[in-house]
Amino acid sequence: MYKTASGEEIFVIDGHTHMWDAAPDNHKNIHGKQFIDCFYAYHTNLSPAENRWPKDKFENYGPEAMYHDLFVDGYDDMAILQPTYLKDFYTRGFNTTEQNAVMKQRHPDRFILNGAFDPRDGEGGLEALSALAETFKIKGVKLYTAEWKGESKGWKLTDPWAQRYLEHCEKLGIVNIHVHKGPTIIPLNRDAFDVADIDDAATSFPNLNFIVEHCGLPRLDDFCWIATQESNVYGGLAVALPFIHTRPGYFAHVISELLFWIGPDKLLFGSDYGIWTPRWLIDKFMAFELPDEVKRETGVDLTLEAKRKILGLNAARLYGIDVAAQRKKLAASASRVAAE
Amino acid sequence: MAAQQLPGREDEIRALLATVSDPELDEPVTELGFVTAIRVSAEGDVEIGFRLPTYWCAANFAFMMAEDMRAAAFGAAWVRGVRVVLDEHMYAEAVNRGMAEGLSFREAFGAEANDDLAEVRRIFTMKAFQRRQLALIEHLRAAGVDAESILGLDLASLRRMPLDAGGDLLRARYLEKRAIAGAAGLADPAFVDGKGEPIAVDGLAAHLRACRRVAVNGEFNGALCRGLLAARYGEDSCRAAGMSEPAPGGVMDSSREPSFVDFLRAAVHERAAAVPQR
Repeated sequence: MYKTASGEEIFVIDGHTHMWDAAPDNHKNIHGKQFIDCFYAYHTNLSPAENRWPKDKFENYGPEAMYHDLFVDGYDDMAILQPTYLKDFYTRGFNTTEQNAVMKQRHPDRFILNGAFDPRDGEGGLEALSALAETFKIKGVKLYTAEWKGESKGWKLTDPWAQRYLEHCEKLGIVNIHVHKGPTIIPLNRDAFDVADIDDAATSFPNLNFIVEHCGLPRLDDFCWIATQESNVYGGLAVALPFIHTRPGYFAHVISELLFWIGPDKLLFGSDYGIWTPRWLIDKFMAFELPDEVKRETGVDLTLEAKRKILGLNAARLYGIDVAAQRKKLAASASRVAAE
Repeated sequence: MAAQQLPGREDEIRALLATVSDPELDEPVTELGFVTAIRVSAEGDVEIGFRLPTYWCAANFAFMMAEDMRAAAFGAAWVRGVRVVLDEHMYAEAVNRGMAEGLSFREAFGAEANDDLAEVRRIFTMKAFQRRQLALIEHLRAAGVDAESILGLDLASLRRMPLDAGGDLLRARYLEKRAIAGAAGLADPAFVDGKGEPIAVDGLAAHLRACRRVAVNGEFNGALCRGLLAARYGEDSCRAAGMSEPAPGGVMDSSREPSFVDFLRAAVHERAAAVPQR
């Protein structure tokens, strides 16, 4: 919960968090090391100096630190756990649904647990998705369309198998499709950040919500156009938001374009924990105001109401969270913990 | 190869490499701190070392830059051979082999690439065109030229127009990319949209905002890449480090670890045997 200077309470749902294990003994090969090194470069490059972690904490922070950083030190009321399997790089997996489920089991009211699928797993993968939905009651999935698999150099939401998986999601009540369209590896010969397939999928599946993580950065120009055409396309701010510290001028342009094209009802806050922590991100976001010249040019403003929606209300709507009821529930469990 | 013998020639190569840009960031590879070493032998052999902000940077961009650097270095008449060596990158082996054997992208990557890079080049040349056009128009407007006059210019008049040094550079950079947007003869309009259509005065604001989105995006990426490079190599400023020696231990020992591609092929069998993970 964030409290403004005037005492107003802002309910925060962190739309993008991970419980990963990148400890050296989990590295399967050089790529495991290089992967976490790259994340660490994002972390050290964009975090304020006082929020930088030592490498060993970054590799494996564990559930206690995560709880503390999100809910005790941080302003999060709830957080969405997004998996990133990477079983090719990490023996135990980097951040599987099962690894994330540890957090959900410990703190069921705090977390929303998402799953994942890969359409190239065929029929077997459809069954695995059903099992995931049944075990964890997931309402969302995180997808990496640029992931390699054997001879395949990534996939598109428009592929026939992807369409079958999306149909299956609809049947299982998995309505929130988070798609990673941001910094990635592949495919080799295409523009790896291409967001065009979102457009078709969003039209074909009007009952599903497509949350484009990282707002298609670095293809913001294309993403804005697509998101405007489709009422069920959302933008996740993970990776864009930390620029508020290092490059506030760029952040102002980016957020103003997003507000202009997509609007305040369709943007979701995400810390991308453990790459960044919510406390400093939210402190800076709440203190941030658009420069006058940007307001003039785009005709938009980042009002308190817009911030409230971005920080929690939009995600609450997508995940069916009744904010008032959830507040009471969290307050009750907090006083129960205090009494024990 | 004996290094450091011919500083004049090294400077010549450095100047040629400054004409090569990162396709995505539209900034010279030398400015970005990507070039780590230039070595020149008395016989006319050139070796260029380069590095990228992350181990995962897109292979297509890495290959394009390597190709462009190789071609640029051959711009010096005395050059007999050029070796371009990429350090610490998951595709270093394929890129370096492609450079050594003069392969195309498709040849170098085989099954991992299903097309050559022409379309990617076109997309990013277009983005560079839009960014450079925005910068030039903003410069002209700040210099007091009104929208009507700017949009009325043909290429001959733009070339003749007296500009200060800053404007002259922006004009040269814009003209380099102007041909991507259609006919670029002296009588053709200086400023057109991406399809080569003239821009109407009342449509200029919207047009420039679209260009600004591309520009902001590019600058955002540039900032990220510089920061990641600095974080990766423990340097405060990539620009200052632009011509430093390669990082110690910078070349990956490929004998110890399988290449990414080998590894993916091995993973095919592993995956076929495994229950689907998702």
